[in-house]
Amino acid sequence: MSPSGTRCERLAVFGGVYSNHLALRSALADISERLERSDTKRLDASGGGAARAWCLGDVNGFGPAPEKSLELLRASGVPTVQGNYDHSLGHALADCACGYTDARDERLAQESYDYTAARVGERSRAWLRSLPAEARIELGGRRVLLCHGSPRRQNEFLWDSACSDAFLSWLCDAHGADLIVCSHTGIHWARALPGGRHVVNCGAIGRPAHDGGTNTWFALLTASAGSIGVEFLPVAYDHEALAREMERELLPREFVETIRTGWWTSCLGNVPARERMRSLVPSA
Amino acid sequence: MTRQRLTPAAEPRIGPALTPLARPREEPSPDHPPGGFPSQPFHHLDALWVQVAGTLCNLACTHCFVTCGPHEERHVMMARAEVRARVTEALGLGVKEIYLTGGEPFLHPEIEAIVEDTLALAPVTVLTNGTLLTERRVAWLAALSRAARFSLELRVSLDGTDAATHDAFRGPGAWVRALAGLVALSRAGLLPIATFTQPEGADPLAYTARCVAVLGETGVREPRVKLLPMFRLGREAARSGGYGPGESLAGLPESAFDPQRLQCGRSRAVSSRGVHVCPLLVDEPGGRMSDTLSGSFRPFALSHGACTTCWATGLTCANT
Repeated sequence: MSPSGTRCERLAVFGGVYSNHLALRSALADISERLERSDTKRLDASGGGAARAWCLGDVNGFGPAPEKSLELLRASGVPTVQGNYDHSLGHALADCACGYTDARDERLAQESYDYTAARVGERSRAWLRSLPAEARIELGGRRVLLCHGSPRRQNEFLWDSACSDAFLSWLCDAHGADLIVCSHTGIHWARALPGGRHVVNCGAIGRPAHDGGTNTWFALLTASAGSIGVEFLPVAYDHEALAREMERELLPREFVETIRTGWWTSCLGNVPARERMRSLVPSA
Repeated sequence: MTRQRLTPAAEPRIGPALTPLARPREEPSPDHPPGGFPSQPFHHLDALWVQVAGTLCNLACTHCFVTCGPHEERHVMMARAEVRARVTEALGLGVKEIYLTGGEPFLHPEIEAIVEDTLALAPVTVLTNGTLLTERRVAWLAALSRAARFSLELRVSLDGTDAATHDAFRGPGAWVRALAGLVALSRAGLLPIATFTQPEGADPLAYTARCVAVLGETGVREPRVKLLPMFRLGREAARSGGYGPGESLAGLPESAFDPQRLQCGRSRAVSSRGVHVCPLLVDEPGGRMSDTLSGSFRPFALSHGACTTCWATGLTCANT
C-alpha cells in the first residue's frame, strides 16, 4: 500500500538523519512510544490507527557508518521521502547537491560525501533511488504535503526568518496543500498563515539545531478542532559516543565539534542573520 | 520540550489580502532559437530588488555597473509611498524577500521608515557601501533587527582586501570608513555580509579565506563573505571596454541551457522608471520590461554581455 493518501490525526515527522544512527534509534523509540499511546500498533503506514510517522530524507551525510542508519530506518518501516543526499547517493552523483554557496562548506560537504558514498552498498542505493520526492497525506482533514527541501526543489532552504508569509502562502496554494512539512535546513520552525494554512520545518535529528544543546529535534503534529498543534521534541542520545565514532572514522573535526557543542562550525554560509545570531554573545 | 500552538498570523499591515495564484510552470520550455540567444523563462518572484536610492551615491566608483554618483539622477529616488506600493504589489504575487539598493540607500531621507515598513512584511537586505553608518544609525539597525520577525541583512561592498585596492575603485578613505561601518555593525550584534569583488582568476576558496581573515583581524565577528564577479557595465564598461561582440550567449545549445541557473528566472528589479529584468540591467537597452511586476513575468532573451558573466559564474545577486 502506498503511504501517500493515508489519513491520520497525529503525525510524527523527522528529517536530516545525517548518519546519526544513535539519534535515529533514540527518536524511533520515542516516536514509537508516543504513537503507541495514540492507539497505533505500527510505525509504518500500512496499519490502522490514527497516527503516522514519516522521515523527510537525507538519511546520510555528516555522520559515520551510513549503512547503520539505512538499515535501522528500513527496518523501522517508517516511510521516507527522498532528500537531496538520498538522490545523489541513489544515482551515484558526484556530490550531495546540498545547495551550499560557500566554498569552505562545499569542501567539507564533499569530504563527507566521498566518505559516505564509498560505504553505501547497491541495495541501499536502490532503496534511496526508489524513494518518492514528496508524499501527500491528510492530517485531521487537511491536505499535507511532505517534502525534503521545498515542494518546488529538493534542496531549497526554507528558513523561518527568510520567508515572507506571502511566499509561504503562495507555496501552499501553488502546490495544493493546507500544510507543508519540510526539513533540509537543520533548524526547526513552524508558521501559521492567513487562511488556515501552515508550514512546518521539522528540523533534523542528525545534527543539533545550532542552539548550544547537544540534543536534536523532531516534530509531532496533532490535529484538533480547528487547529494544528505542533510540538518540537528533543532527541537525547549518547552524543559523545557518536563524536568518538566520527573521530575514529576520520570525519571532519568541524563536524565532530558540532556534535559535542551544539553549535554549527560549517554549513553556515546559507544561514540567514536571525538564525546565525543564536551563537553570538553580546560584545563587551 | 518546545510546545507551540499555531494561530493564524495577522494579515499584512499594509497591502491587500494575499491572492492565490495559479500554479506556475516550473519546467517551461524556453524559446531557444538555434543560433539565437537563449530565452530565460520566468518561474516566480522570489526576490524583489528596489532601487530605492536611484543612482544617487556619495561615492563614484570607477567600476560601478549602474554609474552611480553624487550627481547621478538618471534614476531618481523612490518615495516611501512608491516603495510601499511596489512591496505591496510584490507581496500579492508571493514574493519571498526584498532587497533595497541604489545608489546608496542610506542617502535616502526616508530610508528608516522604508526599512521599517518593509521589514514588517518580509525579509529585507540593505546593500550599502558602508560609509554612512553613523553610531545612531547602527543602534537603530540593531534594535530593529532584534525586534523583527524576519532577517534584516546588511550587505557592505568591498573591492579588495586592502585599502589600496579598495580605494583605487572607490576613492581615498573609502576602505577605512567601510571597515569602520562593518565593525560598528558587528559590535552592535549584527552579522553583516561583506561582498567582495572577486579578482579574475582568484581561487574562490583561498580568496574567501583571505577575506574572512582580514575582516576577523579588523574586529568583525563571524565574518560572512560573498564573492561577486566584475560586470563590465556602466562606468566599468568605460574603464575596461565592456563586453566584446563575441562575448554573448548566442548559439548556446538548448541542451546546455539550464532554465534554473539564473536569478532572472526568480527576481525582478524596480526603479522610479519601472520594472527591470534584474538590478544589473536597469540602464541597459531592453532591461526595462514593464510598468507592473506581473507585466514583466515573461521570458527574457539573454542577449546582454553581462548575461555571459552570470551564466559563466552561476552568479546570484541574492545573499545565498
